[in-house]
Amino acid sequence: MIRHDPLAVRVAAIEPLSATLKRLTLESADGGALPIGSAGAHVSLILEGGDRPFRNAYSLVSMPGERGCYELIVRRTAGSRGGSAFIHERLGEGSVIGATVPHNLFPIQRHARKHLLIGGGIGITPLLSYLPALRQGGERLELHQISARDEVPLFENLLAPHAAHDVHVHAGRGALDLSALLARQPLGTHVYVCGPAALMDHVEAAAAALGWPASRVHRENFGAAGGDPFTLRLARSGREIAVGPDQSMLDALEAAGVPVPSLCRGGACGECLTKVTGGVPEHRDHYLTDLEKAEGALVMPCVSRAKNDLLVLDL
Amino acid sequence: MSIAFKTDEIFRDGFRYANSDAAILRFPFPFVEDSYMYSVNIEPHVRGGPTPAFDAVLDIDEHYIGECRERALVLAQDPNRCMVLPHMMAAQWDTLELIMESLAADYPDHFQLGKDGDRWTWRNRLLNIEDSFVFGAPETLPFEPFEYITRQMQGDFTLQDQRDGNLYMDGGMVTSQADWSLEFDLGMTFHEWHGPVPLAHDLGVFDRALQYLLRLQYGRPVRRLNWTMTVNPRLDTSPENYPLWGPDRTTVTPENVGDKLHLRVELQTLYRLPRSNAILFSVRAYLASMNELARVPKWGRRLHRVLRDIDPALEDYKGLGRYRRMAIEHLAQFDDGAPTGKGIAPEVDVLPA
Ligand code: FES
Repeated sequence: MIRHDPLAVRVAAIEPLSATLKRLTLESADGGALPIGSAGAHVSLILEGGDRPFRNAYSLVSMPGERGCYELIVRRTAGSRGGSAFIHERLGEGSVIGATVPHNLFPIQRHARKHLLIGGGIGITPLLSYLPALRQGGERLELHQISARDEVPLFENLLAPHAAHDVHVHAGRGALDLSALLARQPLGTHVYVCGPAALMDHVEAAAAALGWPASRVHRENFGAAGGDPFTLRLARSGREIAVGPDQSMLDALEAAGVPVPSLCRGGACGECLTKVTGGVPEHRDHYLTDLEKAEGALVMPCVSRAKNDLLVLDL
Repeated sequence: MSIAFKTDEIFRDGFRYANSDAAILRFPFPFVEDSYMYSVNIEPHVRGGPTPAFDAVLDIDEHYIGECRERALVLAQDPNRCMVLPHMMAAQWDTLELIMESLAADYPDHFQLGKDGDRWTWRNRLLNIEDSFVFGAPETLPFEPFEYITRQMQGDFTLQDQRDGNLYMDGGMVTSQADWSLEFDLGMTFHEWHGPVPLAHDLGVFDRALQYLLRLQYGRPVRRLNWTMTVNPRLDTSPENYPLWGPDRTTVTPENVGDKLHLRVELQTLYRLPRSNAILFSVRAYLASMNELARVPKWGRRLHRVLRDIDPALEDYKGLGRYRRMAIEHLAQFDDGAPTGKGIAPEVDVLPA
């Protein structure tokens, strides 16, 4: 139960779905059971290629509860020189890569009376794991997938195992009247949307205009763990310490042998409070007051980062 | 190290309860320094800590058999001590899986879990239980999955559903609580069920704790210690049972306070559950009398200082009210004024006879 990231996973299969989409099947590199993935969960893959590791988040499309493998679908983004290009060009079956334990920021709302699922393009992926979970629970649902015209057969294929009267694929945004769709939902419906930001914004705005409470509208969001790398300078010794994109300041300080007291490691307890003497912190904690955050003279290194390349700490 | 399980303990009138030397040395003593104030004292629940009580994912000890028997007695009188709302079925299976897997891994001599696909076989040698069932099919178990497995655990459990940026207590097994009621709190939000705690609201402790817990991740459980005082080694000090335990308080005298007054420490651990995205809250209570704890010289000194200097606003909430003076006077004999080391470790390997 107490896991340490990252997991080592082996690429068991790579299946091309179209010119730009591949399905990856990952198994535990040691052959054991994987931590459980749930409907809506994602993992971040850590890919060592080139001068710095890529870290990309992908929704799991495997059966919720499956512990033998993780399946995910990766679209090669046009002009990508990052993780998706790496996966499409350089990753082969048998490769061993890092993956974080599944984390769910887009969970099914168990008390909803009905689940309205709206996907745009590759945003279908978390909803693919929703379908079996909702069907198994006998829940009421309706799914609408919006797709580019030439990809309609592709998404129909992906949805084929779940095909039913309540699952629809539309060719283009214009083919679906979102406001009318929302307006005819029964009371107690929750809507889940995943896709391009413009689609998610549109659904949110249309629901708000119809008076839906925000608590019944859910959008996919991988969260903001990590961020751009930056450098810490310790004011007292002049020492400089690099903070990597997946590393917290606290991790980097500890790795460099600089002890900082800590307890919760999640920005709540106040234990790691550290004075800032230069640079601007990007606050991500729940401990400092808004005023303290605005002043920028204090930082919680367990979660916060830097707005610029350099942050100077009174250490 | 093997545990010598006790088989004849009684946690209600007719009390029969004591801690062995080993149990005292592993006690999760809650005071890290000589004074006490509320704080967000949550930390990652990693294996290992200042005493062996932190070594397992879910700790069991020599009182396991007696505490499970006490739970069965409470449930026989009041079945509503275990309730789970209908939308929490996935969380029930998550809980069963987490508990079975961690017990089987941490205590393989006492618990075994066999899996053949969805067909699971569970053996609990301490309680002589062996059941085969289908994971995901509640009708294949003698109780619903949450009740089934928490009947075989020390400590109380609650299930929190996460929605609308809040946590709702939507289920629980609560038979050894410190004066709160599941029936009353069921369905409440995080701030509502913490309503009665003095001072902490003003300090913003719950706002911060809630924000932290909403972000709790699967595979990264967290823990904190909480404490209160209780007269007699009574586990069920529920509001429903006040007529039974309320009068205990009038039986404390300067002569018996050292044996009667118990420090009740809760090792609280919180787990994000993978299928349901709910949070399992485990409240594992440890009881030790003042005199048992004072056999560890550092703890005797510290307990005296903490009780002497505690904020009066906390006195009643921590169950100290009427016998705080008696306890301080009794504990003074263990406090020679010597400084105490940082942290809670007992700093001795064996207890003086
Ligand atoms: S360690 Fe708790 S706020 Fe940083």
